[in-house]
Formats: sequence, structure tokens, C-alpha cells
Amino acid sequence: MFAKAIPWIRFLAGSFLFYSVSIRADWEVNMTPGVTEVSRQVYDLHMIIFWICVAIGVVVFGIMFWSIIAHRKSLGVKPATFHESTTVEIIWTTIPFVILIGMAVPATSALIDAYDTSESEIDIKITGYQWKWHYDYLEEGVGFFSNLSTPADEIYNRVDKTDNYLLEVDEPLVVPINKKIRFLVTANDVIHSWWVPAIAVKKDAIPGFVNEAWTVIPEPGIYRGQCAELCGKDHGFMPIVVEAKTQQDYDVWLAARQEAAAKERELRDKVWTLEGLMERGEKVYATNCTACHNADGSGIPPAFPALKGSVIATGPIEGHIDVVLNGRPGTYMSAFGPQLSPVELAAVITYERNAWGNSKDDMVQPIDIANMQAAE
Amino acid sequence: MSAVLESHDHSHDHRGPAKGWRRWVYTTNHKDIGTLYLWFSFAMFLTGGCMALVIRAELFEPGLQIVEPEFFNQMTTMHGLIMVFGAVMPAFVGLANWLIPMMIGAPDMALPRMNNLSFWILPFAFALLLSTLFMEEGAPNFGWTFYAPLSTTYAPSTVTYFIFGVHIMGVSSIMGAINIIATILNLRTPQMTMMKMPLFVWTWLITAYLLIAVMPVLAGVVTMMLMDIHFGTSFFSAAGGGDPVLFQHVFWFFGHPEVYIMILPAFGIVSQIIPTFSRKKLFGYTSMVYATSSIAFLSFIVWAHHMFTTGMPLAGELFFMYATMLIAVPTGVKVFNWVATMFRGAMTFETPMLFAVSFVVLFTIGGFSGLMLAIAPVDFQYHDTYFVVAHFHYVLVPGAIFGIFAGVYYWLPKWCGKMYDERLGKLHFWLSFVGMNLTFFPMHFVGLAGMPRRIPDYALQFADFNQIASVGAFIFGITQLLFLFIVIKTIRNGKKASAEVWDNPEGLEWTIPSPAPYHTFSTPPDVK
Repeated sequence: MFAKAIPWIRFLAGSFLFYSVSIRADWEVNMTPGVTEVSRQVYDLHMIIFWICVAIGVVVFGIMFWSIIAHRKSLGVKPATFHESTTVEIIWTTIPFVILIGMAVPATSALIDAYDTSESEIDIKITGYQWKWHYDYLEEGVGFFSNLSTPADEIYNRVDKTDNYLLEVDEPLVVPINKKIRFLVTANDVIHSWWVPAIAVKKDAIPGFVNEAWTVIPEPGIYRGQCAELCGKDHGFMPIVVEAKTQQDYDVWLAARQEAAAKERELRDKVWTLEGLMERGEKVYATNCTACHNADGSGIPPAFPALKGSVIATGPIEGHIDVVLNGRPGTYMSAFGPQLSPVELAAVITYERNAWGNSKDDMVQPIDIANMQAAE
Repeated sequence: MSAVLESHDHSHDHRGPAKGWRRWVYTTNHKDIGTLYLWFSFAMFLTGGCMALVIRAELFEPGLQIVEPEFFNQMTTMHGLIMVFGAVMPAFVGLANWLIPMMIGAPDMALPRMNNLSFWILPFAFALLLSTLFMEEGAPNFGWTFYAPLSTTYAPSTVTYFIFGVHIMGVSSIMGAINIIATILNLRTPQMTMMKMPLFVWTWLITAYLLIAVMPVLAGVVTMMLMDIHFGTSFFSAAGGGDPVLFQHVFWFFGHPEVYIMILPAFGIVSQIIPTFSRKKLFGYTSMVYATSSIAFLSFIVWAHHMFTTGMPLAGELFFMYATMLIAVPTGVKVFNWVATMFRGAMTFETPMLFAVSFVVLFTIGGFSGLMLAIAPVDFQYHDTYFVVAHFHYVLVPGAIFGIFAGVYYWLPKWCGKMYDERLGKLHFWLSFVGMNLTFFPMHFVGLAGMPRRIPDYALQFADFNQIASVGAFIFGITQLLFLFIVIKTIRNGKKASAEVWDNPEGLEWTIPSPAPYHTFSTPPDVK
């Protein structure tokens, strides 16, 4: 009971003493100008409108506060009696209208630039999942998931937080610089939104829709962003990392990726041992399943049931495979069939049947999963 | 006609309120119903406020400390729903009930029995909504905007309670709006032409039309959800040929006028208060009426500015950007008129005036950030960040809530015949003012620096401003208990208030004694 109260006590103590955990003091107050032409244009527009608002504010509040100071009853002033003037009303309707037109002109041209639909050099399909991103390089035949890589220990304050806390992933999206990239943004389950401030791209990922966004990144670097549309429990835990590389570095990365894909196909076809599957399965489980079912398989009942000793994980293997591949419609359990490779699927199913005291001692081979998927 | 009215009224004149609980349950008296609405809304304000404090406590520092993300999402959702539908809207209806008949010289609302019903279904609606917190699957967790399919296919089963709760709230609002329109159009004292009505009456008349226009749309959208969830339709499910973006169009067609429903009556309140304490007539009455009407009209054609990132075609983005920017014109006219009213007046700063003046300043700041958000290409960076959270809290807290506080302090002496404690009232104002700005101003910064909204945990660079915001939120929250204390103290042992209360205020409500008798204006009064 007391342990539960500790955060509250810390919070109350903190708010009075203004103590601070060892955090990076940034005090950043403004939008990033970003690195692309569009993001700079957006930033300039933001600043122009901000200063126009400041100027209007200074005039309006200036007159108001001057009245408040000079026209107080305690100073013995007599109130004036004027209360209407059509001329004045027309003036202060017209002036804002003219200012607005002045704002609309640069805004329109920035918007047209952001909608540059001319031919792109690389097409990347981005799919939002609860709660991770999938990137598909359409022409290159490479695709992978990008998961949060911040460990739970940091999130639950058991160890110190590192610099890129919540803004780090296992597999960043890698793109070459100075190439026109077209993002095709969609989602598998609910609406997400793919946002990287440094390139001023924010596009909703909507199931059943494919949205387009374009960018050209002029300098190498690592650009971080987050999902911007509430998508459920772990909405705050699905960051985006874009790594822009020179063309040579990108080619090296792409070749390694394509090789890894070939190796994965090899792994799919070989016969695995129980130990091999368990070892691989533990990793797959940690990345994909712990958010809901917990590292020890205890789940977060009732929404997220326990796997430890569960009817499915200790029942016939066909039923278990079906739930993992196809999900459970109407629950949070999504279909992992399209999300994971046959090796990963076989490994994680085998792991769940033989971990945390579950001891079915049976397994499924990746090639069987692949055949099952091919048959469907 | 008037003879008939008079004989009818005489039979009621000597009847006071019933005794005990019957007075409140059976009442058809506009003053009693106004009181019920106001207390109900205050209870909801504290409930929704506690939820906001849970949110701010969790966000005090990075990491998960107090609540899990699942419960955090329930808190953000319920906070929004309760504040919008439970605190702000009923408070305005309460003020309308108390004040509109007294301001237009009517004996009561036009439809007193419906008035009773429209209040008494509200506690059931909120009991339905709040009961979900104690259910196994928890309360709705999909945000107050409840975007499909998160709120349909992927929602907890308690979403059905939410849907019926919203239906009942909608019915209540529509009945309230019909009643207000019927009262204003039919029961004005004969000499009060439309263009002589107090601005509070005008803004409420326009608000009531907005309510009648958009609450059925809200009912429609939740009904479509109900069908999708329980009856196999696919309005919003892409898998069945439906369209998740359709949800957003329908929702925001309700949602945008809704934000004006929450601010127009506050415009009215401020337009009553500033002239009184400036000792000068309201500047530009006619243009205020036209500006309010223009805002109401424009509110119907700007809804998709909430959807700039959904992938609208360029032409759509441009249309909604231009239309949204246009709202700045009539809103500006209103602010200029208030400033011109203060200009060369003889001002004093009692609590209602303090709230009204800070309303003008802080609402204008919220208006500036609104203008920035209207610029579609820049909105790509602002959208769904804390900059948006800062924006709408700047228009709703110092806008709607400060407007309500200003109104309560201004008319409380009329309602209960006693004066509130001016010193404590000012303390309430200053603590609220500091707390509110401390909470919401830093949100502009973290939003611009890239912090998305509706997240239970955040990257380290946002930590400092979030700590300040949390401290401010607790100051603001606890201060509201002081408000409760002030009101109770006034009712119990405030000093006796005169009929006029203030220095020569304008309006029929000040011609009757304080406290206002149970029945007023049985015969239509004269208006100069």
C-alpha cells in the first residue's frame, strides 16, 4: 500500500521544492527550422505570423492597459459618453482583413510547395500498427518493423534515462540525401500519424487510405519524431527515427539489408531445434508481446489476458497458431501473421508454449508456418 | 391577452417554493432550475478537474510513476468530456435560466416543465458515463474526440455507455436550446425590441440556434458508432467499405460550432460586465450583434481545419484555411469594441471586472494561437501537439470558465441578496490567473518543441516546462475550492446587497429587489 503512495509523495514533495531528477535542461521554446526547404519555409511562415500577432497584441493591449491605468475612477476621471461610430467599425474590420490577405499569400505558396507531386526517386510505404511502424521500400524489396528500443526499466524509473529516451528505435528508417522521397502512409488498425518535425512532414496513417507526402533531405543526420494521433495504450511509445545517409552509405546499408532478407529465407527453410526456437522466440516476444502480455506472461487482465498457463498457450497448437497469425477480432489482439516473418512466428509460438512454466514441449517449424500462410 | 396573463399569474403569485427535496425535483421555476444547473456544473467542474490533476501529476516528470498509459487515456478522455458537456455547457444553461427571463422582463421560461426535464436527465447521463470508471474494462479511452476506428472496432465495451450518455446530454441540450429560443422570441416585454436586448440574451439566442443545428449531428455520429459496434454496419470501418475520415467530417461539423457554443455566452457575459465597471455604455452594440452572428455562420464552414493532416486535396486545404482565417475579423471586432468601451471610462476593478478584463487579454492570446493554427502548412507542425492543447485551454479556461466566474460574481448578489467577500474574490481571481497561466503558457513551448498531445510519458527535453505546468495546475485546481468556500460564505452570511448592487448597472434584472423574488415580472415591465 505504502509503495503505491511513494510516487504521490515524491510528486508532492517535488512540486514544493521544485527538485529535478537528473534531466536534460533544454528550455526549448520554439519550433525547429528543420533541414528541408519546406520545413524552413514553414518555420519562416510561423515566425512571420507570430510577429504579426505580437504587433497586434502590443497595439491592442497597449491601448487597453493605458486605459486601465489612466481612466480609473479612483483618479477622479469622468466617463465619456460616446458609444458608437460606424467609421471606426469599418476601419477595424478592414485593417484586419487586409492583414489576413497579407498572411494568406505566403501561406498559400508554402502549401503549394509542400504538395509537390512531381516524380519521386524512392517510394517508401509507411504502415502504422498498434504500436510500431512498418517501412516498405517498394522498388528495393526491403521491409521491416521499427519498434521503440527504450527499455521498460527506463520507463518505470528503475534505471537512469538516457539521452534519446522514448525517441529511439531498433531499426530506423534509412534514406539517402538529396533524393526526392515519396512516403505512402497508411495504417493496419487505427489511425496513427507519422510526424518528423525536422522535415515538416505530418501525415495521418488511416486504415483503408493511402496518403502521400514528399520530402528531399539535403543533409545527413538522424531526425526524430513521434506518432501524433492518439492510437491507444502505447500511443506515446511509438517513435520515428529517420537516418539520412549519403548515397554511398545508403547503398551499403541497402545491400546489407537485402542480404539479411536472403538469409532470413534460408533460416525459414531449415529445420530448427527447440532450443534454437526458444532463444529466438524470447527476443521476438520481448519486442512484440511484452507491452500487453508482460515479460513474465502474466498479462494485464482483463483487457490483456495472461499467457502463463492460459488455455490457448497450453492447448492444441493449431489453436495457438491461429490466434497469433489471425488475431482475435473485437479484442486488442492483432493479427501478427502479416507483421512477423515465419521464423519469428514459429519462434514466438514455441516460446510461449514452453516459457514461464508452460511446458508443452512441442514446437512448430518456420517452414510449416510459411506453408500454412501460402495455402491461405 | 395581457388580462388573461395577469389573472393567470395572480394565482401563482403567493405560492412559494415547495419544501425539502420536492422543491428541487418538481420545480418548474427558472431560478431554481438555474441554481440546479449551476451546482451540477460546479460538481462536474471539480470532477473533471481532479482528472486533470491526475494527468498533470503523471506528467510532472518523465517516466511512468502514478498511472498506467491505459488509465491515463481514460483520464484525458473523461476530463475532456466532463469539462465540455458537464461543466461548461450546463453552467451556461444555468446562467441562461437565471438571467434571460429577468433580462427580458419575462415571468419564467416559456416551457417550464421541459426545463425541469432537460435538467433532470443530465445527472443520469453523467452517472452512465462515470460508472464506466468502475467497470472491468475501464472508461472510454479514445480521447474526447473519439475518432473511429479507435472508438468502434478497437474500443472497450464501455463505449456503449458513453454513446447513450452522449445521447442523453444531446437531448438535454436540444430541449434547453428550444426553451431559450421560445423564451427570447415570445416572452420579451413588449417594448423590448430585438435590438434592445442585452448582449447576453443575444449571444445566447445565437448559441441556442447553433445547439439545435449541431447536437443532432453529434447524436447521428454516435448512433453510427453504435450501429458499427453492435449491428454490423461499416460506416467507419475500411474493412467493410466504410470510411474512418467520414467520422472526422461528421464529428467536426458538430465539434467546431460546439467550441463557439462554449464561448459565445461568455462573450455576452463580458459585454454586460465591462460597461458596468467602465461606467460607460457598451461601444458598438449593433456591430457586436452582427459580429456574433458572423462568427456563428462561419463556424459551420471551417470544420476541416481540424483535419489538415488527413490528406485533404490542396483545394480543400486552401478553402478551410481561408475560411478559418476569416473568423479573426469578427472576433477582432468584438475585442476592439470591448477595448473601446473601457477607453475613457471611469473604471473600477471588482472581482467580476478582473475576470472580464483578463478574459479579454487571455482570450485574445488564445485567438492569436488560433490564427497561427489556421495556417495549413504551419499546422502540419502544430497539429496534435501541446501547442493545440495550449491554444484551446487558453480559449476555454480564461474564455469560458473565467466568463462563468465573472458572471457568477456579478449576479450572485442578485441571486442570493448578499454580497460576496471582495477580498477573497480578488484572491480567487489572482490565484486562478497565476495558476492558469503557469499551467498553460509553457504548453506553447513544449508543443512547438515537438511534444505530441495525449501521451503519458515524454522525452527528456520537455521535462522542465512540464514540471512548471503541473505546479500551475495544482495551484489552479486547489484555488477552486476557495471559490466554493466564497460562494457558501456569501449565501450563509454575506452582507446584505442593494437592488442595484453595482454602480448604476444597465438591465431589467437590477430593477427588482435583491434577492430576486421567487416570481418576477408577472406584469411586463417598461423599457426606456
